[in-house]
Amino acid sequence: MLTMNHLAKVYRTEVVETYALRDFNIDVKEGEFVAVTGPSGSGKTTFLTIAGLLETFTGGEYHLDGMEVSKLDDNARSRIRNEKIGFIFQAFNLIPDLNVFDNVEVPLRYRGMKAAERKQRIMDALERVGLASRAKHYPAELSGGQQQRVAIARALAGSPRLLLADEPTGNLDTQMARGVMELLEEIHREGATIVMVTHDPELAARAQRNVHVIDGQVVDLTEEPRFHSQTSHA
Amino acid sequence: MFAYYLELAWRSLRRNKSLTALMIFAVALGIGACMTTLTVVHVLSGDPLPGRGDRVYRVLLDAEPMDSYRKDGNPLDQVTWVDGMNLLRDGKADRQALMTGGNVAVTPPDASLDPFYIGARYSTSDIFSLFGIHFIYGGAWTAKDDASRARVAVITRRLNDKVFGGANSVGRNLRVSDADLRVIGVIDDWDPQPHFHDLDMNTYGDSERLYLPLGTSRDLGLGHSGSTNCYGNGRSSEKELETQSCTWLQYWVELDTAAKRDAYHEYLVNYSRAQHDHGRFERPPNVRLFDVMSWLDYKRVVPGDVKIQAWLAIGFLIVCLVNTVGLMLAKFLRRSGEVGVRRALGATRGEILTQLLTEAGMIGLAGGIGGLVLAILGLWLVRMQPHEYAKLAHLDFTMFLATFALAIASTVVAGLLPALRACRVAPALQLKTQ
Repeated sequence: MLTMNHLAKVYRTEVVETYALRDFNIDVKEGEFVAVTGPSGSGKTTFLTIAGLLETFTGGEYHLDGMEVSKLDDNARSRIRNEKIGFIFQAFNLIPDLNVFDNVEVPLRYRGMKAAERKQRIMDALERVGLASRAKHYPAELSGGQQQRVAIARALAGSPRLLLADEPTGNLDTQMARGVMELLEEIHREGATIVMVTHDPELAARAQRNVHVIDGQVVDLTEEPRFHSQTSHA
Repeated sequence: MFAYYLELAWRSLRRNKSLTALMIFAVALGIGACMTTLTVVHVLSGDPLPGRGDRVYRVLLDAEPMDSYRKDGNPLDQVTWVDGMNLLRDGKADRQALMTGGNVAVTPPDASLDPFYIGARYSTSDIFSLFGIHFIYGGAWTAKDDASRARVAVITRRLNDKVFGGANSVGRNLRVSDADLRVIGVIDDWDPQPHFHDLDMNTYGDSERLYLPLGTSRDLGLGHSGSTNCYGNGRSSEKELETQSCTWLQYWVELDTAAKRDAYHEYLVNYSRAQHDHGRFERPPNVRLFDVMSWLDYKRVVPGDVKIQAWLAIGFLIVCLVNTVGLMLAKFLRRSGEVGVRRALGATRGEILTQLLTEAGMIGLAGGIGGLVLAILGLWLVRMQPHEYAKLAHLDFTMFLATFALAIASTVVAGLLPALRACRVAPALQLKTQ
């Protein structure tokens, strides 16, 4: 589903080159629930934004659903994001002026879907996250947990092949976080492929597989600790 | 999708009412000022002979003596009686008319009505077909009537309403000065603005209401109005004008094709050369043929201050739009987060750009409505001014549409930079910083 080989992401200025990702390799199979962990600044979110085609990369290969994406133009990347990828952000990123229904509708609008089909999908997605009764509410009228559920419904409404979650419980209290996590597990059991970035080991433990990132590289935690893992990267 | 953009634009504009009102006010102010002055320019510089103006020409000949000769000088605006009659006799154009204007006293047949003065046009017979003037009763006099100096007249609908109560007055007599003229035709009111055919009378305002043969006007001793330019030994005595070296008549011709125009120009050059050979003309041939719009340009009919005001108003609109650009930039960039989310969820840059420009267009539409109100107010103020053209300052349908076209187009152009900036935000960065 998602394969990155020797991927690199370099931020260049006139005087310095900073490697956000270096020789980054990962292979996520269809239907897997993978947690990507690592300290702050390790490159987890950079990986996720590249995986979600929100950012380009400097070197290496990235195949998404069998397609090499490095040569795609901005419009093609937008279409793939719209049709194949669902995003769940730490800060929910709901549009405050739109009510719940309209927020979930956003990706479907860009797909040129007919109104009746859009409505059906939106209500199905809201039913699934238990918020059908809140369709006319605005984000400010919902709790953090409910807002994240709306964000999940928005990600699910387009039936994406891949769900990318960036610290999905980072802004929630324990109880709400548990509820959101259970929802993600349920979605995974129904066959979705999920890649979740988190620095919370407890959440990571609930995924099928963990991938640890340090200094922009995937590391095998069963090996001897590397030199730089002892330095303070957190 | 456009309906979706309209819906989003409406929501966005309602979100921050004061900022929206400020942008609309800025656009309305600029559009109001611009459309007020542009409407004045439009009505003053419009084609007074639509559909015919490009084939109707004013003829100028240089009959002046050598003493004031300049090689690049322009001929006088009018022609002498002798030249006018010579050109008429040759009849080289498709239609041609020699004319002037004056004021005459009219005594209505109804004794209860007082005599009154009106503007009259003395012309040869082709004037009606040349200018495409429409008859509601009867018809024009003929070349034979011109030659015999027949006592006939054509009146306008307005005069016919006043004197004959709007009835078909063909065959009735009308007392003009001390003579009875037989009405042979009634024309629809013909009121070209500006009065291109005789700019010496009054450029804007009411046209003549009575038409009679030029020769008849001479027989009746009707004085002509407008300028008379005598040179050499010429004397501007009204009675002797036909024989004097004085230009006081306008000569208009119709030439249906460019080839005919060129041929007529050649004819005028040859005519001037022949007159020179006969000793009447002293200067080398210097002729002009102006179609109607070129004639108005040549005569600088639109007042210079009106043009300057229009340029100032366009400058003011630009200042207003620059302010709007700043306000839109602030508005759009404040929504970088939303743009980032939409981009992440699959919107292309083009779709974001269209969404933001739709919003700009909606501001333009609202600004256009405000501008229309201000323009109507501005034109009302113009009509209060003591200018000859002031009463013409009305917004017609073309300018009504132009108000909205200009408002929307200029605001969309103003929104282009802010929209481009906003749709180029890096979605990843925006989403990280939410």
